[in-house]
Amino acid sequence: MQALYAQLLVGLINGSFYALLSLGLAVIFGMLNIINFAHGAVYMMGAFCAYFLLHVMGLGYWWALLIAPIAVGIFGMILERTMLQWLAGLDHLYGLLLTFGIALIVQGIFQNYFGSSGLPYAIPDELKGGMNLGFMFLPIYRGWVVVFSLIVCIATWYLIEKTRLGANLRAATENPTLVRAFGINVPRMITLTYGLGVGLAALAGVLSAPINQVRPLMGADLIIVVFAVVVIGGMGSIMGSIITGFALGVIEGLTKYFYPEASNTVVFVLMVLVLLVKPTGLTGRATT
Amino acid sequence: MSVLTDDTLPAGPRSIRDEMIVFVLMAALLAAVPLTGIYPFFVMQALCFALLACAFNLLIGYGGLLSFGHAMFLGSAGYFTAHALKVWGVSPELGILIGTAGAAGIGIITGLVAIRRQGIYFSMITLALSQLLYFIYLQTPFTHGEDGIQGIPQGHLFGIFNLAKPTVLYYVILAGFLGGFLLIYRTINSPFGEVLKAIRENEPRAISLGYKTDQYKLLAYILSGTLAGFAGSLKVFVAQNASLTDVHWTMSGEIVLMTLVGGLGTVFGPVVGAFVIIAMQQYLAGFGQWVTVIQGVIFVVCVLTFRRGVIGEIAHYFKRSL
Repeated sequence: MQALYAQLLVGLINGSFYALLSLGLAVIFGMLNIINFAHGAVYMMGAFCAYFLLHVMGLGYWWALLIAPIAVGIFGMILERTMLQWLAGLDHLYGLLLTFGIALIVQGIFQNYFGSSGLPYAIPDELKGGMNLGFMFLPIYRGWVVVFSLIVCIATWYLIEKTRLGANLRAATENPTLVRAFGINVPRMITLTYGLGVGLAALAGVLSAPINQVRPLMGADLIIVVFAVVVIGGMGSIMGSIITGFALGVIEGLTKYFYPEASNTVVFVLMVLVLLVKPTGLTGRATT
Repeated sequence: MSVLTDDTLPAGPRSIRDEMIVFVLMAALLAAVPLTGIYPFFVMQALCFALLACAFNLLIGYGGLLSFGHAMFLGSAGYFTAHALKVWGVSPELGILIGTAGAAGIGIITGLVAIRRQGIYFSMITLALSQLLYFIYLQTPFTHGEDGIQGIPQGHLFGIFNLAKPTVLYYVILAGFLGGFLLIYRTINSPFGEVLKAIRENEPRAISLGYKTDQYKLLAYILSGTLAGFAGSLKVFVAQNASLTDVHWTMSGEIVLMTLVGGLGTVFGPVVGAFVIIAMQQYLAGFGQWVTVIQGVIFVVCVLTFRRGVIGEIAHYFKRSL
């Protein structure tokens, strides 16, 4: 049973990353109509940012948790201003191709300087050790990742669904021209939205740095799984992305325990099943 | 609905005559390659990728469907052909048939799933499906995992042509490429191809005219996958191995890049694009991961400033279709 709970925990942690990443993808897609293929690359940049902050500037984990999402978010906003905004009005596919190119560039540059092997990043002192819960041993850092991700996800959901800013954002998603007529600066909002989505990915990167090692390709394979998560959940609903992300992480964890050979493929197989039963995704509305 | 190729469409009417002239020129140039002393291995490899890119272009350029998983056809057919040749010891023509048929089977199965969503979702689904196959090939014993299938015998095609001779192999590969190219060209210009273009331009309208668009898209997908598999089978005879590289998503990205550089929705663009990208990889092989960075830069530059691609720009300048 110990092993089962341990795999469940691993599943919850992976689920946190799926949730944070698919949430960012959904927010970006809503505003920019772009599937951000560079999402895995910015996730990796977040982890590297934490690594640099520690080893170059001597700033620890807690600073990284704050600075990395902002720094990578600014990088994202520069990308949006210099490149992505020129794609407005073109087919969605060009956004996919452009961000794929950006991902290749970023990952290639990091691979040149850091190879393919992982760099270690220590768990901060405050979160070292573990707790005995009676039925299992819980490493504190892992518990922290799940709880903190959940808080960030719910905060993002609250920001978008319950605040005035979020209402403007949702309105601009529906009809940007009309929202501009009300005097709201939609292009600036688009830039900030992209920054927010990218920042969430960078935050996931910082969280994963002490668990998975910091590697240039750490986001490259992950992003494909997250795409499958997005296809399963649909991008129409913020809460849908969060729940699907966590649920698929748990299912993956259970598969690792019961049938480890399929743990790499279970999310893709589920995607196929969902497409056969409900092609629009679990929470999706019909989209073009 | 889709504006993907709006600015890549030729300004004038399609001219079959122009295209046939270019085709004959291309065939003559390629047939003369062994006389020039150019390294034939490079051209053969480029020809396989050119056919692959043309097959991919059939789907995106004429069907408006961007597959981000075409490596699954290349790699799968490669594995099937390699396994049949090496373990079962079949003749080359049967090996090619097995690989191509296998790719067609994969096309039918994945097509039935992928075709259920359009646009951006279609791309993500095909990518996920090819990753699924990647992990399957990583684990099943017949692919030999990271090592791949190596040292594949080339044999005699139809019992006559000795494929171990570079010149003979070259002309066999060239014949395969030209055959596949003509088949794609014929498809584009058939009533089937016209319906595909109509679906790309305005799917609801095509549905309202009574076309079962899903069936057309599925058929285009299967045809594209089968031809991509044919290219993968041919490539086994050139590279004499089949490995995980050919199923990886980076390969799918390269196929997209070749077509984008040459020109989406142009007849000859994918061929030019394939030669450009393969030549680039050949000459920059010593620069390690910088090749990836350069490929990324080409992607970005093409999408931002050069969406018509090489052939698309030429065609646009001369107001012809190529």
